Amino acid sequence: MSSAAPAVGLQAAGPGAPGTAAWLRAQLAAAALAAAPAGVALVITVLLFSAAVAAAGFDALEVWGLILSGGFGDAFAWQNTLQRAAPLMLTGLAVALPAQAGRVIIGAEGALVLGGLAAAALGNVLATASPALAWPAMALAGALAGGLWIAIAGLLRDKREVNETISSLLLSFIAIALFNQCVETVLRDPASLNKASTKPLPDALMLPAMPGLDVHWGLGVGVAVALLAWGVLRFTPLGLALKVAGGNPRAALGVGLPVSALTVGACAAGGACAGLAGAVEVAAVHGAANASLIAGYGYSGILIAFAARFSPAGVVPVAILVGGIAASGSLLQRRLGLPDAAVTVLLGFAFVALIGCETLRGRSFWKRKA
Amino acid sequence: MDASDLGWWGVPLAILGGAIRVGTPLLWVSMGEAVTEKAGRINLGLEGTLLMGAMAAYAVAYASGNPWLAVLAAAGVGLALGVLHGVLCSLPRVNDTAMGIALMLAGSGLAFWLGKPLIQPSAPDLPSIALGSFTEQPAVRAALDINPLFVIGTVLAFAVHWALGHSRFGLRLRVVGDSENAARALGLSPSAYRVAATAFGGACAGVGGASLSLVYPGAWSEALSSGQGVMAVALVIFARWDARRCIAAGLLFGGASAISPALQALGYSQGYYLFGALPYVLTLVLLVGLGKPGPSQGAPGELSLNR
Repeated sequence: MSSAAPAVGLQAAGPGAPGTAAWLRAQLAAAALAAAPAGVALVITVLLFSAAVAAAGFDALEVWGLILSGGFGDAFAWQNTLQRAAPLMLTGLAVALPAQAGRVIIGAEGALVLGGLAAAALGNVLATASPALAWPAMALAGALAGGLWIAIAGLLRDKREVNETISSLLLSFIAIALFNQCVETVLRDPASLNKASTKPLPDALMLPAMPGLDVHWGLGVGVAVALLAWGVLRFTPLGLALKVAGGNPRAALGVGLPVSALTVGACAAGGACAGLAGAVEVAAVHGAANASLIAGYGYSGILIAFAARFSPAGVVPVAILVGGIAASGSLLQRRLGLPDAAVTVLLGFAFVALIGCETLRGRSFWKRKA
Repeated sequence: MDASDLGWWGVPLAILGGAIRVGTPLLWVSMGEAVTEKAGRINLGLEGTLLMGAMAAYAVAYASGNPWLAVLAAAGVGLALGVLHGVLCSLPRVNDTAMGIALMLAGSGLAFWLGKPLIQPSAPDLPSIALGSFTEQPAVRAALDINPLFVIGTVLAFAVHWALGHSRFGLRLRVVGDSENAARALGLSPSAYRVAATAFGGACAGVGGASLSLVYPGAWSEALSSGQGVMAVALVIFARWDARRCIAAGLLFGGASAISPALQALGYSQGYYLFGALPYVLTLVLLVGLGKPGPSQGAPGELSLNR
C-alpha cells in the first residue's frame, strides 16, 4: 500500500537549503525510504495471494484483473468502492486517533453498531422533524454512543491499567450483544418478520447522493472528518500535546499536560468516528439498524489505520483502496465462484506483509545512496 | 423420569456440562498462550489459529474418518501458524501485538475460504467418555459425557506447570520472558525460545479449534468461534500465567457461556443475547478487578502488555 508513505517521508530533514537540488534529492530519498517497506509488502502480498489463488485452481491474472475492474474499472465500480470507503475512513480513524496517544484500540466494530443503533432510534423519534435538524442530531447520537463506548476502554486503561486492546475487543462483543438484544426486543419493528430490524427511517431522513456523484454524503463526512483530524493534529497545540502524551507520557506529565484526559479523549474521539460510521450506514445505506450493520468494517479499519501509519489524512486513500478490494468481492464471486472470504484473505496477507516489512524501515542498506 | 422432570435442577447440571464443553477450547488456548507469554511474547492472533485448527480438524476428520488424526492435524496447523508469528516477530522492529491482529484477520479469512466446502458434510466427532452411564437420566448422562480433549488438556496443564518450574527448558524460557539481558548473559537465544513458545501456543490453540469442530458445537461453520481466541488471551491474565489456573478459568467461562443456552432449553428465552454476553462481561469485570498484575503475580517482565 504505497499510499501510506508520504505521511512520514516528507518530514525527514535533509541536507541543503529548501529549494536547492540537494534538498530536493534528500527529500525524494527520504520519501523513497519511507515508501520502500510498503512497496516490498505490496510485492509480497501480490505474490502470496497469486499463489493462494493459483493453488485453489483459479487463474491469478484473471483474479487480479477482476479486482481492478470490479473496484476501479468504471463509474459503477467507483461508486461501489467509494460507498464502502466512506465508513472505512471513519473506522480507520477510530484506530488511528487513539494510536496518536499510544492506545491500540481494535473494538471499532462495537462502537459502529451502537452508533448505528442510536442514530436509528433517534431518527424514528424525530421522524417528522426536518432533515436539517434530524441529521445533525442523529450524527451526534451516533458519535456520542460510539465515543462513550470506546472511552470505557480508555478509562479502564487509565484507571486500572487494563490492556485497552483486549478490553476494546471484549467491549465490542458486548456491544454487538446489546445491539442484537435491542433490535430483537425493545426497538424491533413488528413488521420485520424474518430479519429483526428497527423501524425504517422515513424517506425524508435518508441521506441523498452528493451532487455530481452517485455516492451518498457519508463519503463527504468521512473525508471532512479525516481532514479535520489531520489539521488538528498537524497545526494545533492540542495535536502536539496528544503526540507528546502518546510518545512519552512521563515527559508530558513533566511539562504539565493532562495526559489522562488526552489519552481517554483520543479513545473517545476514535469511538465517535466509528459511531458516526454506524450512523451514516443507517441513514444512507440500510435505512434501519439490523444485522447488516455488522459487516466487519470495524476490523478492516484496523488494517487501514496501520497501513496509513496512523496518519488521519493517509486513512482516506487507504480506505478507498480497501473499499475497492472489498467491492470487487461480489464480482469475483459472480464471475469465478471465488468465495467472499478470499477478499478477507487478501487483506489479511497484506496486513501480515505490511507489519512484517516494518523490519525494513530504517535499515542502513536502504540509506547507502542518500 | 425424563429430562423435563428435572425442572430447574436441569440448569446447574446443564451449566456444569456446558462448562466442560465450552471451557475445553478456552483451556487449551489459554494454556498455550500462558507459555507464549511466559517467554515474553503475546500472540493476539490465536483467534485465527483457533479457526484454522477447527477447519483443518473437520476437514481431516471428514476425509479420513479418524477424529484423532484430525486433532493431530489441527495441532500441526496451529504449530505452523505459531512458528510463523514467532519467526516474523523475531525480526527487528516487528511489533507482536500488531502481527497478532494481522494474523487474526489472515487466519480467519483463510479458514473461511478453505472451509467453504465443509459447511454441508458431517464428519465423525470425537468419542466422549461416558461417566454418567450409571444413571438413566438423559440430562445427567449428557452432563457427564466428558470429552477426552478436556481430560488431556487438564493433564497437560499440570505437566506444563511442572515443566515451567522444574525442567531446564522451562526455567530458561522463563528467564527469557523475565529479562532479555539476563538471558543473553546466560548465553541463551531469546528468539529461539520465543519461537518455540509461540509454536507451542499455536499448537494448543489448534487443538482448541479441533475441540470446537469435533466436540462442541461439533460441526464447521463460520460462526464457530465468537472471540474465544481473544477471550483466552484475557483469561491468561486472570490465570496469572499459571497453566493449572487456566483449567479453572476455562471452566468458569465455559459455565458462563452455558447459562444462555441452558435457560433457552427451559423455554426461558428473554434476554438471550444479554446472557450470551455474560462471558465477555465477566472477563472484563475480572480484568478491572485484578488491575495490573505485577511480577510477584507471575507477570513476565518482558511482556509488552506489562510495560
